[in-house]
Amino acid sequence: MAEKIDQAQVRKVARLSRLDLTEAEVEEFTGQLSAILDYVEKMNELDTANVEPLAHCLPVSNVFRADSVKESLGTEKTLANAPQRDGEFFKVPKILDGSSGA
Amino acid sequence: MAELEYKVVVGLEIHVQLCTKSKMFCNCAVEFGQRPNSRVCPVCLGMPGVLPVMNKQALEYAVLVALALNCEIAGFTKWDRKSYYYPDLPKNYQISQYDLPFSANGFIEIPLEEGRTKRIRIIRAHLEEDAGKNLHTAGNFSQVDLNRAGTPLLEIVTEPDMNSTAEVRALAVELQRMVRFLGVSEADMQKGHMRFEPNINLVITKDGAEYKTPIVEIKNLNSFRALERSVDYEVQRQLDEFLETGETMETGNKSTRGWDDTNEVTVLQREKEEAPDYRYFPEPDLVPVELTEQWVEDIRARLCELPIKRQMRYVSEYKLSDYDAGVLTAERSTAEFFDEAVKAGGVAKRVCNLLTQVGLKLANEAGCSLAEVGLVAENVAELAKMIDAGTVSATAGNTIMQEMAKSGKAAQIIAEELSLIQKSDAGELETIVDEVLAENPKAVDDVKSGGKKSKKARGFLLGQVMQKTKGRANPKVVSQILGKKLN
Repeated sequence: MAEKIDQAQVRKVARLSRLDLTEAEVEEFTGQLSAILDYVEKMNELDTANVEPLAHCLPVSNVFRADSVKESLGTEKTLANAPQRDGEFFKVPKILDGSSGA
Repeated sequence: MAELEYKVVVGLEIHVQLCTKSKMFCNCAVEFGQRPNSRVCPVCLGMPGVLPVMNKQALEYAVLVALALNCEIAGFTKWDRKSYYYPDLPKNYQISQYDLPFSANGFIEIPLEEGRTKRIRIIRAHLEEDAGKNLHTAGNFSQVDLNRAGTPLLEIVTEPDMNSTAEVRALAVELQRMVRFLGVSEADMQKGHMRFEPNINLVITKDGAEYKTPIVEIKNLNSFRALERSVDYEVQRQLDEFLETGETMETGNKSTRGWDDTNEVTVLQREKEEAPDYRYFPEPDLVPVELTEQWVEDIRARLCELPIKRQMRYVSEYKLSDYDAGVLTAERSTAEFFDEAVKAGGVAKRVCNLLTQVGLKLANEAGCSLAEVGLVAENVAELAKMIDAGTVSATAGNTIMQEMAKSGKAAQIIAEELSLIQKSDAGELETIVDEVLAENPKAVDDVKSGGKKSKKARGFLLGQVMQKTKGRANPKVVSQILGKKLN
């Protein structure tokens, strides 16, 4: 069967996911991802013409909490698992492109 | 030189932090200026196995703004994950809204000069979570503070309906005033509560042909000044670039630039071919939200008269200047104080003068809002009436205002205590006028002889009466008496 996905696509997805793959991995994942897509393809056999798209798998909506404050972890616990810290901050590799910020 | 005209086209994305007590999906406090990483829990840290739960207040605040922006509210809305690769959101995605935002298709009226307004269409407003902060000042690494991560953020997207820097500024300022009026955000620029991302390009007409320059988005501007300067800069830069390269807009050649505040230039961040692929997908950890009509109506009932409407009403109903009306509607509490004083019987123009000339000055000095300086609306109304009735002079009125703020006493009491009541009793004043006339025969002659000296002499005599009464004579009554006696 023809591959559903080629190596270039795997490289692109890896780059978007900030993953550094070896050549062997690119080959391996191309096969694996194609197999996954083949499997998902089966669903195309279903006729979904009259089925509403599903936003969530639970038939539930409007789950809220009140706007109240509870105690946070505190700086020490927050940083306890950090690979590196700088005082009260997480320490991370320098971010160069300056386009962070939600 | 070839004939060249151009039109500026700007759309804006605005991020507004909502002033809830707690974050959007966890119970950590939303507080500015706390110790780094002290307002963080497993949910906003993105620990495995945790579940976000939606803050109802954040949603209602957001809906309130959308209603004020005349948006349609969706009956059904859901959450999506947007891929994100910076450490200030440790989950590696941002919870946002993609294909089913809670609101769309609205508009906002923005004030232009001379009381004119312009309608700017709103494409959509949706909710998302804010990221934390990356700091790059410490050395060869970056520092991350996650206190802000998970703060509710309202993203508002306009159509490209603005055609000048002034319009862009007007929209930003109007939106700030609006969210403050609604009480849903402090909208403090210094604290990053409002951030702007303008999309800019030009429509150039040259030798009868029309060209559009490639669209540029400028990221994360956090002051009105940066917003204005960056738009101005970008307009000139695009014009120069078009004249040099002739490049025009086509699919996929939109680019992203950052604003360098120190050098006041925009800097290229992302070229066209690197267009971001956010790979949105539905957030499985959060169930959808269904906004019933009843619920939306309940929220609509919390709307107040919006600042621009109020400003226009002050101009049309009270004949205030557009400037004064703008000053009075800058803060909701100020506008409400003004309305209360007018309702209590003060003439609007007089109340306006007292508030803008004295009240706001006191507020400024004390670093608080007008409503907090200690004035009582009824007392200000009473004072306005006293000035209009000539009981006290306008100058004395200002003194009384200051004293009212300090002591909280009624205007009449302060006026008596400080002996500021004007003498308006014609009989009493007539005696004083007679004295003055007897003491100054030369001036009397000058007035009677008419001509150049007459007006000056009349003013001199009035001044003498004021001096004799220590400034407490009602100048209007004195003028009338003088007129009667000297004709």
